[in-house]
Amino acid sequence: MATAIKKGKLHVATLTVNDEEHAALVKANTTLLDLLREEFDYTGTKKGCELGDCGACTVLMDGKPVNSCLVLAVEASGHSITTIEGVEQSGKLDRLQEEFINQAAVQCGYCSPGMILSGKALLMRNPHPTEREVREAIGGNLCRCTGYVRIVKAILAAAEANS
Amino acid sequence: MSEAAAREFSVIGKSVPKIDARDKVTGRAKYTGDLKVTGMLIGKILRSPHAHARILSIDTSKAEKLPGVEVVITAKDVPSTFYGISPARYDETILAIEKVLQVGDKVAAVAALDEETAVKALSLIDVEYEVLPAVLDPLRAMDEDQPQIHPQYERNISVEIHQNFGDVEKAFQQSHLVRTDRFQGNRATHVPMEPHAAISKWENGKLTIWSSTQSPHYFQYHISRVFGLKMGDVRVIKPFVGGGFGGKLEPSAAEYVGAALAMKTGRPVKIVFDRREVFFHNRGRHAQTIELTTGVTKEGKILGVYGNYIIDGGSYTSLGIASAYYAGAMLPLIYEFDHFKFDCFRVHTNLPSCAAQRGHGVPQPRFAFESQLDMIAKELGMDPIEIRKVNARRPDTMTLNDLKVNSCEFTACLDKARKISGWVGKKGKLPPGQGIGIGCGGFITGAGYPIYRTRLPHAAAVVKVSEQGDIATLYIGAVDIGQGSDTILAQMAAEAIGINYEDMRIVSADTETTPHDFGAYASRQTLMSGHAVKQAGEEVRRQIIELAAELLEANVADLDIDRRVVFVKGSPEKMMPFETVANEFFIRKGPLMGRGSYTPPKLGGKFKGAAVGTSPAYSFAAQISQVEVDEETGQVMVTNVWDVHDCGTVINPDLLHAQVEGALFMGMGEAMYEEVVFDDKGKPLNANLGEYRVPTALDVPQVISELVDSYEPAGPWGVKEVGEGATLPTMGCYANAIYDAIGVRIYDLPLTPEKVWKAIQGKKKQS
Repeated sequence: MATAIKKGKLHVATLTVNDEEHAALVKANTTLLDLLREEFDYTGTKKGCELGDCGACTVLMDGKPVNSCLVLAVEASGHSITTIEGVEQSGKLDRLQEEFINQAAVQCGYCSPGMILSGKALLMRNPHPTEREVREAIGGNLCRCTGYVRIVKAILAAAEANS
Repeated sequence: MSEAAAREFSVIGKSVPKIDARDKVTGRAKYTGDLKVTGMLIGKILRSPHAHARILSIDTSKAEKLPGVEVVITAKDVPSTFYGISPARYDETILAIEKVLQVGDKVAAVAALDEETAVKALSLIDVEYEVLPAVLDPLRAMDEDQPQIHPQYERNISVEIHQNFGDVEKAFQQSHLVRTDRFQGNRATHVPMEPHAAISKWENGKLTIWSSTQSPHYFQYHISRVFGLKMGDVRVIKPFVGGGFGGKLEPSAAEYVGAALAMKTGRPVKIVFDRREVFFHNRGRHAQTIELTTGVTKEGKILGVYGNYIIDGGSYTSLGIASAYYAGAMLPLIYEFDHFKFDCFRVHTNLPSCAAQRGHGVPQPRFAFESQLDMIAKELGMDPIEIRKVNARRPDTMTLNDLKVNSCEFTACLDKARKISGWVGKKGKLPPGQGIGIGCGGFITGAGYPIYRTRLPHAAAVVKVSEQGDIATLYIGAVDIGQGSDTILAQMAAEAIGINYEDMRIVSADTETTPHDFGAYASRQTLMSGHAVKQAGEEVRRQIIELAAELLEANVADLDIDRRVVFVKGSPEKMMPFETVANEFFIRKGPLMGRGSYTPPKLGGKFKGAAVGTSPAYSFAAQISQVEVDEETGQVMVTNVWDVHDCGTVINPDLLHAQVEGALFMGMGEAMYEEVVFDDKGKPLNANLGEYRVPTALDVPQVISELVDSYEPAGPWGVKEVGEGATLPTMGCYANAIYDAIGVRIYDLPLTPEKVWKAIQGKKKQS
């Protein structure tokens, strides 16, 4: 049975995803989001709008949060990417993930990977954020279920655990 | 004393973590779009660029020749069966047959090896249209000079409702004050973070669909009907769902077109809507134009109400008949009055179809009512909370439209909201530009009747205990779309059996492996599915106790089970572990199972439309908000919201308050920002998440969610609704707070800075 044929000029993208080396042949217009989801099967990275509006596809690129729908796969080449699948380390949840569970910050869960990665990036650069700083850090991650109330609490609780 | 107070619970009433939370925070949870099925094709839909046009010809030959394209289909390749929700108004087809009725209507479809090829193929399909004049203004839709959209709906009337209870004219004559005001609602839409998605597989005469759905059952029912299949040959499976809010209650083109493509190609087909397509499919809030007349005594007692509405239904009927009835039926719920007249025209326009969205039809009428009640209070010199208390519904009463209310702690909600918000110290005493306001609501706990006529129970459950007795699995058709039904139903099952929450596993929302349930809508599952679960769990418990009585040489009546221990009441040393008894049961008798089902009692009156609004139980809520208005810019900042809910016994406090917070925030978006807008050709101008403005983490006020003691006799353990009720008070609540802050009344939603600023300028000119 025929499978998808890649047409046009192909480029090699070599990148680290969750501490593992990955390489793929991609088209110039392939997004990092599609590369992660379709080629590498990191489907924890969600597709919500493909315009950079919703933040569901947030991943960390060299520790900084990016909308992976707005990053081309070729741009990500040579960089280190963390997806939600890479946040849990050797079967142990990150404190932030634990607090998302403890604070009931998860409802449908579609925004959760992006939220957690935006929160993670914040806590890496600012271990003791104010509530305002938390709200600003997740300002680009839309959630339709929670009203953000418990998401903010969860990130603050994880920060509290930093001290 | 209530049952809730009489017995201490072991599992329910506790904020256990969500049963799926770990999967969701690690990215393991698979949503429909994350699934890959071997041999899968990608489906894409060609959509109309015109709001109203006749299709003259479609040429698919170029698209068919594109390498990688497996099939291109148009209306002639698929069943022409009309579908919809109300049998008398099935008016939508898989692909448009003669005419397109809105921008984004479904014209043709492609299945290809990859998405890029599918999208390219769409651009190679040539469609010749004869563009027709479009109906874009719902208030003009019934005019003689307007084109008729559907041949069967004269003057574009989708439904007209004329209900009359008591003698409203006489009530107005006897009133001290009668006010008529006109309010305008907005076209808001659900915006689930996960777009609609489906994978359809056609194999050996059987259609399997993985779908982002709120109701596998209704999907199975409608899809089998449209394709002429037995229901047993259609299996609908719900993977994780990224939110629904009413928008995933009926099959969309993702399922209908996807199934057609799968049947044509013999290969699985995945269709995932892009965000624009979610706006095209819509099924969101009807924009309602509401003229409301209310008569009161000089003490503020409401004597009569007349609601005269025109509501914009958009292109197809969908669930809109129910929406229209709900818009009137729920008005007499939270305040007691005897005379009510309701006239409503739901009209068709060439805009996306409107249907059910959180609070189904009710939030905008509540906005109108709560706003007007404040205006009346002002004229009478009454405090807004006092006028609500004068009229507040009492428990064990019947509304004028025959809705039977059991538990009702609405007055307690008002009192508590007043107290925790500091109302007395703030009302009329805040600095200029700041204000405080109240709004209230009440909602059904599940619809009394299903969407189509059937004698099926509304919910059913099976519990199976493992052979070793270490775990139990709940098989349930109820649908977790993020609200947490899997979690609270597992808690309920554990409580009923006498085991721990951690011992529960759940299989849910798959028409082949789980028993029938109507699904996630109308705030029904905690009560209705909960009843079935309680019964199934108790059947397991009874069987365990019967066997344990034999093993322990004790009387059945003397035995109890709590947290996995079967023991003799009063002599706890006479006990056996649950797993020992369960294992012995399996050895002696085979699988240890319990079954349950629930059908609500016969509810409602005899008049036309009497079924809408019926429910075994009703929630009540009072909300108070505090705002700051920038008089220079019209910008409104909501700083605090206090919500007090009467929602019966609580199964999981964290999840319950999370529902209130989410509902309230959705109401806030609709109140303050959200509106789909169109150009003069009917094309949506903001069908994306940058310009359709939903609240972000930076917009959300401090929210305090509190409860009042309440026990609902119709619910298992005394439960009732919470998921939708908190959406209802918010719009009126904000409008009233804005009035308190700056003395201007906004009658149109959303309450944008532009409208507030204009109203301020208008007031300045007057003075």
